[in-house]
Amino acid sequence: MRDTLHLYGSYLAASLRSQLQYRASFLMMTAAVGATSFLEFATVWALFERFGRLADWSLPEAAVLYGLVNVAFALSEALARGFDDFPSMVRSGSFDRVLLRPRSTALQVAGSRIQLMRIGRLLQALLVLAWGAHALQIRWTLEQVGIACLAIGGGVALFSGLLVLQATFSFWSTESLEVFNIATYGGVETTQYPLSVYRRELRTFFTWFVPLATVTYFPTLAILNRSDPLGSTRAFQTWCPLLGWLFLAICLQIWEIGVRHYRSTGS
Amino acid sequence: MKPYLAVLNARARVLLQYRTAAMAGVATQIFWGWIRVSVFTAFYASGSAAPPLSLADTVTYLWLTQALLVLLPMRVDGEVQAMVRDGTVAYELVRPADLYWYWFTRQLAARSVPTMLRASTLVLPAMLLFDMGLPAGLAAAGWFLLGLAGALLLSSAFSTLMAITLLWTVSGEGIARLMALVGQFLSGSYIPVLLFPAWSQAALAALPFRGIMDTPFRLYLGNLSGMAAAGALLHQVLWTLALIAAGRALLSRGLSRLVVQGG
Repeated sequence: MRDTLHLYGSYLAASLRSQLQYRASFLMMTAAVGATSFLEFATVWALFERFGRLADWSLPEAAVLYGLVNVAFALSEALARGFDDFPSMVRSGSFDRVLLRPRSTALQVAGSRIQLMRIGRLLQALLVLAWGAHALQIRWTLEQVGIACLAIGGGVALFSGLLVLQATFSFWSTESLEVFNIATYGGVETTQYPLSVYRRELRTFFTWFVPLATVTYFPTLAILNRSDPLGSTRAFQTWCPLLGWLFLAICLQIWEIGVRHYRSTGS
Repeated sequence: MKPYLAVLNARARVLLQYRTAAMAGVATQIFWGWIRVSVFTAFYASGSAAPPLSLADTVTYLWLTQALLVLLPMRVDGEVQAMVRDGTVAYELVRPADLYWYWFTRQLAARSVPTMLRASTLVLPAMLLFDMGLPAGLAAAGWFLLGLAGALLLSSAFSTLMAITLLWTVSGEGIARLMALVGQFLSGSYIPVLLFPAWSQAALAALPFRGIMDTPFRLYLGNLSGMAAAGALLHQVLWTLALIAAGRALLSRGLSRLVVQGG
């Protein structure tokens, strides 16, 4: 385990050095990523400006929810984006080299490209989160900090799991499927609004199949100390982010099946 | 005129190859539209003051956004970007056609063909399953078609301008990407322009971006008619001409300082 973390650390350092070689370009891309997510939040803001409330949620409360979702998504995008490039690895045959090395394939693919410019989204999300918490005057007790950490940790695991799952499909199909963006970007878009505004089928999908709501909506309720119109208990809200890790574990198992199924293109 | 028609034809055939990708894209967009309709419906249910656009109109507007999403100048032209980077842009200069109109025609094809593919598949399920409405009337439908043509030209002029900025920024991700983002946001593809805060309405009406999405959609809804509709079309035409003029000026400056490295 320590060895694994050390290896990932080396990948991280190498990525950092290589991306900082083109400093101006790096800063510009980071700014562009930050601007994209800034405009996303501007959308939420403009809707609240027009309508005042969303169900019984105020803008600062929605900001805390938005912040949690996007911190987790930004971290997982930075850490596991290598899976996004995976289809081209299969096509070009460079996955063969990965197989030759005596380390876990998932780790190597994850480390093959660590996108630091995602820090733009991370900073923006942290800013929104901090603003929301400040406006609500949340007193961060140990319990609430703990829940927030559990939620973000579970969120990183879950989003990484989705990226792994998406990559796994390229063992069978060399085309990357846009449909998968429903789960990643669509999931972010969906869960940055309270789950209670959606129809039943959608809620079930994002709680039990792709358990995004368990790392976003439910823990946010616990942090904001709100009661849930959907009737979940506080204990469930606190501990359900652990489902994110379960989801990641399942995705990694499917990944292993994919690796066994792999046939090199031979090029 | 003939060479440009030939370019249009050739590009259209290339783009029509990606039919399966378009179908997969439609599935994604229907999901997206469904989410956004749910969110807006919830906002309408909780708001106190009456918004300037009814819920039914907003739902139709949101589905029109999904149907015509690729009409937006979303990203820079990857082929132009590659040409600038590896120097093959030099070949573009020896073609016996005006470079600006040649690139404009490329963009025209890139905007219109995928839009037609997606819109034609998305509209039927959106209408049958998700409450998308029909045009407000025969007149509204006519105005909408005119507005759509105007939007297509405006969007092409905008993305040609984006492609021209690539002559300055080789990585191509800087200015052009930021232009695309701002354009998407202010065109009404995130939120109907009418629902933006009241103090921003005058500025949004003056800027060119609403011409790409908001104008045709409001014509469709019958929200603009008569003189107002004619004014909106005029707004599109004037901005298209302005962007074409800006693009031509920028292109000739870019070409005068273009250095193609041999190889």
